[in-house]
Amino acid sequence: MSKTASNQSRPMTMIQALRSAMDVMLGRDDNVVIFGQDVGYFGGVFRCTEGLQSKYGRNRVFDAPISEGGIVGAAVGMGAYGLRPVVEIQFADYFYPATDQIVSEAARLRYRSAGEFTAPLTIRMPCGGGIYGGQTHSQSPEALFTHVTGLRTVMPSNPYDAKGLLIAAIECDDPVIFLEPKRLYNGPFDGHHDQPVVPWSKHPLGSVPDGYYSIPLESASVFRPGSELTVLTYGTMVYVAEVAARESGVDAEIIDLRSLWPLDIDTIVASVRKTGRCVVLHEATQTSGFGAELATLIQEHCFYHLEAPIERVAGWDTPYPHAHEWAYFPSPKRVGDAFRKVMDESPGRPGSGFAASGKRGG
Amino acid sequence: MPEPSGRPGHATDFSYLRLAPAGEARKPALDATVADTADLAYSLVRVLDDKGHAVGPWAEPAIDTELLRNGLKAMIKTRIYDARMLIAQRQKKMSFYMQSLGEEAIGAAQIMALRKGDMCFPSYRQQNLLIAQDVPLVDMMCQLFSNDQDRLKGRQLPVMYSMREHGFFSISGNLATQFVQAVGWAMASAIKGDTKIASAWIGDGATAAADFQTALTFAHVYQAPVILNVINNQWAISSFQAIAGGEATTFAARGTGTGIVSLRVDGNDFLAAYAVSKWAAERARGNYGPTLIEWVSYRAGPHSTSDDPSKYRPANDWSRFPLGDPIERLAQHLKHLGAWSAEEHTQVQKDIEAEVVAAQKQAEAHGTLANGQASSVATMFEDVYKDMPWHLRRQRQQAGV
Repeated sequence: MSKTASNQSRPMTMIQALRSAMDVMLGRDDNVVIFGQDVGYFGGVFRCTEGLQSKYGRNRVFDAPISEGGIVGAAVGMGAYGLRPVVEIQFADYFYPATDQIVSEAARLRYRSAGEFTAPLTIRMPCGGGIYGGQTHSQSPEALFTHVTGLRTVMPSNPYDAKGLLIAAIECDDPVIFLEPKRLYNGPFDGHHDQPVVPWSKHPLGSVPDGYYSIPLESASVFRPGSELTVLTYGTMVYVAEVAARESGVDAEIIDLRSLWPLDIDTIVASVRKTGRCVVLHEATQTSGFGAELATLIQEHCFYHLEAPIERVAGWDTPYPHAHEWAYFPSPKRVGDAFRKVMDESPGRPGSGFAASGKRGG
Repeated sequence: MPEPSGRPGHATDFSYLRLAPAGEARKPALDATVADTADLAYSLVRVLDDKGHAVGPWAEPAIDTELLRNGLKAMIKTRIYDARMLIAQRQKKMSFYMQSLGEEAIGAAQIMALRKGDMCFPSYRQQNLLIAQDVPLVDMMCQLFSNDQDRLKGRQLPVMYSMREHGFFSISGNLATQFVQAVGWAMASAIKGDTKIASAWIGDGATAAADFQTALTFAHVYQAPVILNVINNQWAISSFQAIAGGEATTFAARGTGTGIVSLRVDGNDFLAAYAVSKWAAERARGNYGPTLIEWVSYRAGPHSTSDDPSKYRPANDWSRFPLGDPIERLAQHLKHLGAWSAEEHTQVQKDIEAEVVAAQKQAEAHGTLANGQASSVATMFEDVYKDMPWHLRRQRQQAGV
């Protein structure tokens, strides 16, 4: 963390922490405006902007027509004027109509105008499943953004990070896609859907300073130090990895990426070189998912330190189901199985994928 | 399915344009409502009659003669610039070019009705917005040639200019995206209590894109201080305007349906273009809301240097277009005023030719696409982000630059 002002901490949910970040930035910077479907008078369907319109007025916080392309397109124009818009896409599943404005416009404006015009937008969108939202309220489309050069893609996993990263995103002069795992809004859900979730008020990362602080983009956090393998993950899966480590008895080092792209390669490489084993974990569908990029980066940077093939755990390559949600969601058991597989496999073992030639460097 | 009334081999029946006589359309008050002005979306505002006289309510107040002379010179300059750049493209000095032949009046008139600090969100055929401001032609040409003085560092197709200081937003090749951005820019100006206004530009074809309708909705909902210009030049590459939905209705009527005061105007009539632009700008600046203007004109040239219109429309179409040539019409009017002559026209053309040739020589000294004298390859990796992330630094090293 950096730039931490001395201010009082108190328990906050992720929703309250996000609201606090926007409150702080509306107060600090007259150029910050917030809009989106239902975000004004009502305060958003998840209540992230509740009370902000009455505090800052309808010129700063307002409702938008149900048009994601219009919301992002208008924000691009506002950014060109000199404002710093923060817009909400009600569910990440709804961003698709805004794709042209995000990919061809916001992400490219600085480049194509050689810096004459920029789009310093923050596009917030709740993502991920586990709420019985079906295929249109559960998606994790992060790989569609990490593939777009010019964008920054961020996903916090707890209230403290959510506030610090959202402030950094709003202050950032590049367009930032800010994905909020909605299953974490009220507590650190670990995948055991049949058990109650601990509220953020009982979790150390639910203690959030009232005032201004920011967490640099491109900084990963070592969420759980460990020695036996490295888990590269983010969002809700951080807690699934944590419970899987506890239940499997594997001493996993869990890296919470926080910024997906551009990312903190140094923290990742240092961990994998230390443990020699790596599991890549995300809730999004597997094929061409962000895990494929992570596995390739490990191959490029850590190949000679690997003791076993990289294991990938992800959502199945199906649309997000409704009734079969828990068969789809990467469970602590699936993650634990991957941990054990990576620990069992070593060079020379049958089926390990490694040839025991003895010619590998290291 | 709609078909144009003319195709190669048989002449166009232009009666589909449903023209109105000059001077007929009324001029509403600035605070007129959409219900009070709905008829004007189906009419045609014209000031210059067939003989070149300014008539009707939009002729008042009379436009300063010096402004009209400057407008004419800007149109002549645009046409000469286009002709020279077309040749340069054929000589492979640039990859691509788009002329604005036949449409020179609209942008030239509107930019003269705007103020410094206002922002235009152009489509790709509004070079006259720059030329009418006397932007140095050499700066524009360096962009076309993608040379070492191209301020966009060779990143954009020719004609996709960006000139913030001249109120000219970076052009995107993705049609219609700029229309809603202009509304957002205007909303920002209003939020800040500023008096600057935005001017959005789109062609008839791209009105079919979702961003167009979205822009209208946002402009209406927030009463954004913006002018929404639709240039109906009859053709989007080979798609006749009726393919975008222009048959038996007008593009101005799109605005009326969204609650926006909308006018249909003769785009080849400089006096009408200036008067209506000024009226719309005053409405925006006076907080009376957005105005949509459909400019009826004709794309006299090919869509771009990659297009051959003789494959889909009559070769002599423009010469038969009932609204004529905007340069000839304004020149005729100025001659009636005693403020222009055939001799002066010839002299002005000669002077501008010389100016364009000199600018081209100067620009070519910095290179053209043909000789590859471009910005350094290392600049390719810049401006993707504000600060270059590690992966781009690494890729720049891999590229060896």
